[in-house]
Amino acid sequence: MRFLARRLGFYLLTAWAAITLNFLIPRLMPGDPVELLVARMKGNVDPAAIDAMRRAFGISDASPWRQYLDYLGNLAHGELGRSITFFPTEVSTVIADSLPWTVGLVGVATLISYLIGTSLGVIMAWKRGTWLDGVLPAATFMHAVPYFWVALALVFVFGVTLRWFPVSRAYGLDVMPGLTGEFARSVLYHATLPAITIVLASMADRILGMRNVMVTTLGEDYVVMAEAKGLTSRRVMWAYAARNAILPNITSFALSLGFVVGGSVLTEIVFSYPGIGSMLLKGVENEDFPLMQGIFLVISLAVLVANFLADLAYVVLDPRTRQETE
Amino acid sequence: MKIKIGAGILVFFALMAVLGPLLIGADPAATSEDGLQGPSAEHWLGTTQTGQDILVQIVYGARVSLGVGVLSALIATVLAVAVGLVGGYVGGAVDEALSVLTNIFLVLPALPLIIVLAGYLPQRGVASVAVVIAVTGWAWGARVLRAQTLSVRRRDYVQAARASGEGPLRIVFYEILPVLLPVIATSFLATVVAAILAEAGLSFLGLADLSTVSWGSMLYFAQNGQALLIGAWWWFIPPGLCIALIGTGLALVNFGIDEIANPRLRTIKAPRKARA
Repeated sequence: MRFLARRLGFYLLTAWAAITLNFLIPRLMPGDPVELLVARMKGNVDPAAIDAMRRAFGISDASPWRQYLDYLGNLAHGELGRSITFFPTEVSTVIADSLPWTVGLVGVATLISYLIGTSLGVIMAWKRGTWLDGVLPAATFMHAVPYFWVALALVFVFGVTLRWFPVSRAYGLDVMPGLTGEFARSVLYHATLPAITIVLASMADRILGMRNVMVTTLGEDYVVMAEAKGLTSRRVMWAYAARNAILPNITSFALSLGFVVGGSVLTEIVFSYPGIGSMLLKGVENEDFPLMQGIFLVISLAVLVANFLADLAYVVLDPRTRQETE
Repeated sequence: MKIKIGAGILVFFALMAVLGPLLIGADPAATSEDGLQGPSAEHWLGTTQTGQDILVQIVYGARVSLGVGVLSALIATVLAVAVGLVGGYVGGAVDEALSVLTNIFLVLPALPLIIVLAGYLPQRGVASVAVVIAVTGWAWGARVLRAQTLSVRRRDYVQAARASGEGPLRIVFYEILPVLLPVIATSFLATVVAAILAEAGLSFLGLADLSTVSWGSMLYFAQNGQALLIGAWWWFIPPGLCIALIGTGLALVNFGIDEIANPRLRTIKAPRKARA
């Protein structure tokens, strides 16, 4: 369990770094965000809003150290300040309303992309030198395609031209949110194109990554030995080679999560999906600094949690990490 | 073969960015009467809503997109070399601290951080956008370079240099750095792709300089001009295709270099069967 304890320590440190970065950004970037806002709105700002912003940033005449402690104290109570865009709603409320949409969409899409991509990588490594290598150039191309461009293309083909799927919102205007089959169907229907976008744009990395590790593993003696023993191809491919090749793949998967989340932000914006990415853009467009920062913090923490889950999977799959002695 | 195709794509776009605007001569922002026309002999890639020529915009956009990509990759690579080589060579507490810093930046989601930083920028010019992207994009290179430095450090010639009294700075930058140049080159190319994608994303959100034409800002105007709903595919397909092609070119070069370094990745016809 030393492995997990070390990783947990690292994530706590990173969470602290993200929190501190969040504190430093408004202070290190040029200009006072509060005065910037007041100037842009030509003074037509509710004094309560200005006050809320100062509180959110913890900006006062107190020493920087005092401000930092106040900020940490507020954060411990889940206090992220009030949003300017949705004034007087709390930033934490805005986030709580939009986060489930993002977690659902990105979580499911990432899982699908991981399963399909990794399996394809295994099969392509096994059958290298055959026609399947023709997928490689396509994967290389998809690896560099911007998420939002895939989204635009899907909207154009399946939304506007063929009219198979809706191109915006998370559920239809005609259904009431609730635990009904109708609502669930509407949500799934609306999530189809955004999910396909994320799967298509993120899958290439998994294919290429798994194929490369797998090709290296297939050269190992124990794989040749397994084959020599007369085990079936399927057994050698999945239970011997892929079983070991998956380990480095999980690490690279965890590291790619930040990138997937970034792409999902853009995807949500194309589809006007009411998730945290769309909120982030609203925040930036309206100079809503408390909202922007709250969302950055939540996204960072979510990526850290996802990384920790990947580590847990690693421990389950790799017995060496479970040994107590070094 | 991979390297050749990849390099061909890169040379094509580099020439487009450097010489294209001189050859074409037209103004990418110039509007005309023929708005929203499909590809024709007069406008090879059609026109935007305000009658701007898409091909002219693509050619000028290559300058900004590639420019920002290369500039921020340069800054990021300098940071990566400094952090990776110093950490890997010095070791001890310095290395621990730099490693933690690298890993933190590796885990934090880059694009949201870039968006937040861009939100605070008073002016979003090409240079400031490049710096913001570089600040969030150096960690991967630093990690790879640190690992490589650790292995090079133990080689005999480095020990010999140390024994002959060379200073640590000289050893890091004159003895170790040249050996790592291929690794630095691959990490630079990968960073260029990431930076081009980040710039495109920022421009697409309208958070970069929208008065200059870049591939990202073309997509921003296409999206806001309802190009999709009108069916103007010629407006949004070319910029995204160019980004993806450059990315493919850079990746092909990188994979080619990888295959030279790791012979097992080379595709030889069914080597397993031959042995079994």
